[in-house]
Amino acid sequence: MNEVINVLIVGVGGQGVLLASEVLSEMAMKAGLDVKKSEVHGMSQRGGVVSSHVKFGPKVYSPIIPYGQADILISFEQAEALRAVDWIKKDGLIATSRTRLVPPITAGGKFKYPDDPVADLKKKVKNVIAIDADKIALELGNPRLVNILLLGVVSSRLDFEISVWEEAIRARVKAKFVDLNLKAFARGRELAKESAGAAV
Amino acid sequence: MKRLLSGNEAVARGTFEAGVKLASAYPGTPSTEILETIAEEYPSIYAEWSPNEKVAFEVGIGASLGGARTLVTMKHVGLNVAADPLMTFAYTGVGQGGFIVISADDPEMHSSQNEQDNRLFAKFAQIPFLEPSDSQEAKDFMLKGYEISEKFDTPVMLRLTTRISHSKGIVEESDPMEPRAVGFKRDMEKFVMIPSNAKKRHVVLTERLKKLAEYSETTELNTVEENGSEIGIITGGISYQYAKDNLPDADYFKIGFGFPLPLKKISKFIESHKRVIIVEELEPYYEEIIRAAGMKVEGKKYFSRLGELSPYKVGLGLKEAGLIDEIKGAEIEAGPLFPRPPVLCPGCPHRGAFMALKKVGVAVTGDIGCYTLAMLPPLQTLDSCICMGASIGTAIGMEKVGGYDKGVVAVIGDSTFLHSGITGLLDAVYNKSNITVMILDNRVTAMTGGQQHPATGYTLMGEKTRAVDFTELCKALGVESVRVVDAYDLKAMIDVIKEEMARPGPSVILTNRPCVLMPKRIMDRPYVVDPELCNGCTACFRIGCPAIMPSKEMTKRNKPKAVIDPVLCTGCSLCAQVCKPEAIVLAEEPVSVK
Repeated sequence: MNEVINVLIVGVGGQGVLLASEVLSEMAMKAGLDVKKSEVHGMSQRGGVVSSHVKFGPKVYSPIIPYGQADILISFEQAEALRAVDWIKKDGLIATSRTRLVPPITAGGKFKYPDDPVADLKKKVKNVIAIDADKIALELGNPRLVNILLLGVVSSRLDFEISVWEEAIRARVKAKFVDLNLKAFARGRELAKESAGAAV
Repeated sequence: MKRLLSGNEAVARGTFEAGVKLASAYPGTPSTEILETIAEEYPSIYAEWSPNEKVAFEVGIGASLGGARTLVTMKHVGLNVAADPLMTFAYTGVGQGGFIVISADDPEMHSSQNEQDNRLFAKFAQIPFLEPSDSQEAKDFMLKGYEISEKFDTPVMLRLTTRISHSKGIVEESDPMEPRAVGFKRDMEKFVMIPSNAKKRHVVLTERLKKLAEYSETTELNTVEENGSEIGIITGGISYQYAKDNLPDADYFKIGFGFPLPLKKISKFIESHKRVIIVEELEPYYEEIIRAAGMKVEGKKYFSRLGELSPYKVGLGLKEAGLIDEIKGAEIEAGPLFPRPPVLCPGCPHRGAFMALKKVGVAVTGDIGCYTLAMLPPLQTLDSCICMGASIGTAIGMEKVGGYDKGVVAVIGDSTFLHSGITGLLDAVYNKSNITVMILDNRVTAMTGGQQHPATGYTLMGEKTRAVDFTELCKALGVESVRVVDAYDLKAMIDVIKEEMARPGPSVILTNRPCVLMPKRIMDRPYVVDPELCNGCTACFRIGCPAIMPSKEMTKRNKPKAVIDPVLCTGCSLCAQVCKPEAIVLAEEPVSVK
């Protein structure tokens, strides 16, 4: 790998953006690359927008991805993917959950939550994988698996050994949740295969 | 061993490797995780949360006098609180143990009330500062900082910024030194700053500065990177990384030791380049000093003094300077979208307090903490927020001039009250002010992620300790009326506020519900909306709870009905208390059967 790969992970506070970026960074370090990552978030513990920039390659300088330079955008909320599209490269990949989190501020009529953010996304970007992550995570046994599930989806487009990913998950996820997260990761990879024809 | 560490974690590691024996602090974003990491990973170091930064700094002075290497950490505005001991400690110099104070600045104000550039504070106090540009340097500069502190007999500032503190990078760890305390050596002329001694120490301080300036010329903390370019960039901290992203092949003068600046070395660098640009975040600190020395450089005319820089902003500046032809921007436009402002958490007890204050309609002077979020829509019930502890003094002043006929209530959190609210309350009693102070006691320093304080009953190192009793404390200060009220009982809150406002003299209302997130997330039975009964009145939306959303289902008048996310709802019941049609009910109650 000669180039720096930029991955932007976005979601709403409490959805596990930080854990996903930890796992991804740990994986890249274990694969022998230079890594930097940085979070950009507001004051709220919950309910505000959270994003994490992860960059890896032979040598990484700043921990921030410039606009239009993200190779991959991972989003845990469908409208938040739309908010972040100005970070993605034209031929970049977006993997998003269809999760719909409508803030109270849209109730007054001044602001509107889009009817179908994924459709809007697909009008703008060619490579979009949208999955019902909430539903699948629940089927797997825990609504909090959405983040690792999507990481599994994205892993299929990155050239790293599965064992390195799994090692990173073991290092970063609490021991009692490791097996469940490994299952979610594998399920994500399957989903990516299923959607391969449609998305890319 | 190589590990992926944040700047803060790397500083903690540096503290450990340098053999530090004591670390004290008051939590403040972005500095908080330094002491948390020390307490968790390096328990051989004594670590404490002090009630405020001034006390933390003084504890640190004592440890240094006692002969141990010492760390004191705070955010930029915390240094304002600790400025008093800092300015004089610069005179005395350290004891036999080196002393580092960390100032974690917050450009862009991610979680702060201003974005002061504390490089200027180091210059003001005339102490050296070091500025790392990534996690590895954050660790290495700690070790270097203690050497400088001991060699030159001076406190040293390590200046971080949010982007350094909270970004992660790979750090190579080394073996730690053994912590040691060589003991106190009595020296009254050095440590007792009566005017006659202080005058002599001021002379020592200026002589020390000359030596530090010479050191600055030779230290490897200030490095020149030659790439054979005609263009030179002078930079430091995170700005170095942003500049490298844009111009990897320019020549660089990278400043790691920022006060005093190595002016001779800089002069040589400038002379050997056709053009030199300074890239620095916030104030033109380097630029003013370098220009004042008569050198020709360019800088702030291309870069904003406001907020954080970024690879993009630095690129724009370099383009304007004519050093880059094209900078890449967004290829796809995001377009307009609804905002997602930060809000109080679902079940946050502050919500009840602010709903009651809004109802009563008083002026509310605020303070620093989660409850500052009450100024955002939809609650919008906070009229001022200046600095830690300012709510009470501000309320006294407003009340004394009859500034608002409906009266003034000061709101302050438990940790903030202990930090610097006690003296304000003492003033209210002593000077007979008719204000009501609400201590929003959620039993934790919540805003920074849940730290202990003198009223929680536990130390940073996890030991049980004596907890302050707020009622007894307020009474001892001379407050005659101290009431405790349930923040989830809206009617009780409103009644108590009205009663205490009507009472002459200062009074205190204590709320008694703990933070829903810390130390353990509190969950009760969730509420749901009965869609048959919901009439789309929006009363529940107006309390700003993230668990309540507009659903896709509309009323006959085309208003969205409410829906509650059962995973987020904690069962606090505040929304049910404001729902006139009684459409919000406990989940297990049979829906639509009343």
